[in-house]
Amino acid sequence: MGAQELEQSSLLIPEVKSRKKRRDVHAGDRRFFWTLRAVALLILAVLIAIAVQLFLVSLPAIRHFGVGFVFSTDWNPVRNRFGAAAFVYGTVVSSVLAIAIAFPISLGVALFLNELAPRRLASAVGFLVEMLAAIPSVVYGLWGLFVVAPWLRTVFEPMMIRYFGFIPLFQGPPYGVGMFTAGVVLAIMITPTISAISREIFRAVPLSHREAALALGATRWETIRLGVLNSSRLGILGAVILGLGRALGETMAVTMVIGNRKDIALSLFAPAQTMASLLANEYAEASDDLHLSALATVGFLLFLVSFLINSLARFLVWRVESRQKEGAPR
Amino acid sequence: MNIRNQLAANDGRRRLKNQIMCAFLFLAAIVAIAPLVSVFVYVVQRGYQAMSWDFFTQLPAAVGSSGGGMANAITGTMVLVALASLIGVPVGICGGLYLSEFGANSKIASTLRFGVDILASVPSIIVGLFAYAVVVMPMKRPSALAGGFALAILMIPTVARTSEALLKLVPVHIREAGLALGIPRWKVIIFIVLRGSMGAIITGIMLGIARAAGETAPLLLTAAGSQHWSHGLDQPIASLPVQIYTFAISPYDEWQKQAWAGAFVLVLFVFVLNIGTRLIIKRPTIAKD
Amino acid sequence: MAQTSIILQTKRVNAYFGKVHAIQDVSLEFRSNTVTAMIGPSGCGKSTFIRTLNRMHEEVPGARVEGEVLLDGSNIYQPGVDPVSIRRRIGMVFQKANPFPSLSIFDNVAAGLKLAGFQRRTVLQEVVERSLRQAALWDEVKDKLKAPGTSLSGGQQQRLCIARALAVSPPVLLMDEPTSALDPISTAKIEELVMELKNEVTIVIVTHNMQQAARISDHTAFFLMGEMVECDLTSRIFTKPRDSRTENYITGRFG
Repeated sequence: MGAQELEQSSLLIPEVKSRKKRRDVHAGDRRFFWTLRAVALLILAVLIAIAVQLFLVSLPAIRHFGVGFVFSTDWNPVRNRFGAAAFVYGTVVSSVLAIAIAFPISLGVALFLNELAPRRLASAVGFLVEMLAAIPSVVYGLWGLFVVAPWLRTVFEPMMIRYFGFIPLFQGPPYGVGMFTAGVVLAIMITPTISAISREIFRAVPLSHREAALALGATRWETIRLGVLNSSRLGILGAVILGLGRALGETMAVTMVIGNRKDIALSLFAPAQTMASLLANEYAEASDDLHLSALATVGFLLFLVSFLINSLARFLVWRVESRQKEGAPR
Repeated sequence: MNIRNQLAANDGRRRLKNQIMCAFLFLAAIVAIAPLVSVFVYVVQRGYQAMSWDFFTQLPAAVGSSGGGMANAITGTMVLVALASLIGVPVGICGGLYLSEFGANSKIASTLRFGVDILASVPSIIVGLFAYAVVVMPMKRPSALAGGFALAILMIPTVARTSEALLKLVPVHIREAGLALGIPRWKVIIFIVLRGSMGAIITGIMLGIARAAGETAPLLLTAAGSQHWSHGLDQPIASLPVQIYTFAISPYDEWQKQAWAGAFVLVLFVFVLNIGTRLIIKRPTIAKD
Repeated sequence: MAQTSIILQTKRVNAYFGKVHAIQDVSLEFRSNTVTAMIGPSGCGKSTFIRTLNRMHEEVPGARVEGEVLLDGSNIYQPGVDPVSIRRRIGMVFQKANPFPSLSIFDNVAAGLKLAGFQRRTVLQEVVERSLRQAALWDEVKDKLKAPGTSLSGGQQQRLCIARALAVSPPVLLMDEPTSALDPISTAKIEELVMELKNEVTIVIVTHNMQQAARISDHTAFFLMGEMVECDLTSRIFTKPRDSRTENYITGRFG
């Protein structure tokens, strides 16, 4: 099968005079092919090993606590009682918050760069947005802790509590570090991801769709809505899900600004804890086997969710791109 | 045709809505780059204030005494990145080569491509958990080796995907020219395709290093941290990101200042790598028609 | 033929792509309820020219237009004129059918009206049916108006695009090689349609096919290298053109 692919994928190797030499040529090629393939498959092996290893370590905790593990909020290493509900809640809420903030901004940037901005401005701003993705997580954490959190505590949160305090989400004291701060910092971190993928999707929309709208007498915004957004809904969904995947697993920045409190508070301004930040805080210090296994279970859940989410997003983006390719030979 | 006359009835509203939406899109672009500007300004300003020659030559100062530096953390990060590259670069390049040269229409290749994507999106803390179980547990202590191993795994997908994408840009006729001379395919790939796109390979490596150098979470579990010089690859080792983290969450003013200085160095390093790759890609090292 | 009024007129129109001077000093008149064909070898600027008539040319980055285009006597390039209102009055059909992919047949035709704020179902239904009938598509799609526009065949999609353009009742319709991607039967249908439509709209059609121009147009303009060489009654252009270059082209000596 490998040899067959080798033939198919390559241009045929030209006739060489002696048969013996020709066989040598093939042997060299075959060795090369198999070496590359073996090393390449090592990458897949690592992925599988991560999943299997995590699962094995988490087995004792899964056996011990069952499904109740994800519904209990009782996490007490001293008494050997472990439930991950608070962390699941923290992960979900902080990520959803991040998406809610990042989605309109990312989409706006992507549309501005692709549809409105002159080419030079677009490439300059696009470059800056991509640089956002290059900043290490720990630097975001540092900045979040010393710049964002104080501002939120002294300016934004008191204002929200004053005017929207009747909503339980905005009640309680302004801590500065907490769920909301984590959401804001996460939003900044996933903006480059969502906007980059959205731009790819928009770029794949044929020019003829935009022209169709323009020729009908659509304004610029209507052209974007009718000619661009309308046909890229699935792709945008894929981009958002990809951003969600990134937000779920983000560790350092969240750990530094979320306050690390192990229970569920209704207020967004209260400290919380996510699955990833729990692992960063406790894994190296856990000595008890059940504790370690419970942490591994949290890790396994996180891995599973991020695997599913990323597969779904890849599938969506891939489907959109392949459909655009076959649908529009310009 | 009464419709024709009614068509313009809403023009004013439509024009207004158009202006509002276009303004919103412009605003979104500004809001998106504002954090970058803010991060950059703070890191440069606060980092520069805390910067001194000592920062690059001294060990961290004890609590209460001022001064000190992150010399051990800077070299530690270099050691960790070097270790990671030792494994991550060859594996990543082989992956990229396999995908670009033999990955046209095979099931194995598309599974692999998917796997590489997934590996790239596995939360880095999870990779830390894995390295902890595979290296730290058997050795019974955190070590530079464990940290390098974790960073290598994180580096592989970046190197593989970047080199695949850029190797694919090498025109088919260059490969054909080599093959038509009767040169075996593997030699064509190594000596013509690969050598002709060193820029691509270097770009992949640089991006991989940039990613590995900034990772913190897996190092907390695998390399731990240290306030001293490393005593060997099987011992815990300091690293810039972990040092920044430790100092940032400490209650001491002096340490927090040092954290900003560390962030300054780290951001500078990562930016230089990223901008460097851009210059390489833009310059036509890759032969064009 | 000269009895109808001039609805659209260009005065020394020049078009540029960056530094490339694509159209040079073209002055033309289009009379109501006629079909005018633009012919010429590929790259002669005929498509660029009709894109200056509804201000689509300026949508290409770096492109610009000089000169005047008078629609009912007023210059569409006058400062302060909104291109949106111009494009509503001058419809356009493109080389390749481009229905909105995620909209149904009905919504495709109603798109222009919905943009303008029409929401009453009865009005929309009435206009959609009228437009589809005008485009000779009604009988083929009346039972599947909710199907996606892209589910139709190539020729049907092009007629859908014509219906979409007609729905806002433009006095002028521009057609940029509308049949170049279609099979002979679909082409014949569209040609027939063009000849019927001219009772209601003025049609400017770009074609690479001289026979098509001869079959359907009243006037023909011949373009060469960005210049309009001559424009006359179609019958005269194809029998005794004044310019030798036109003669060379229509007798097949180049192009």
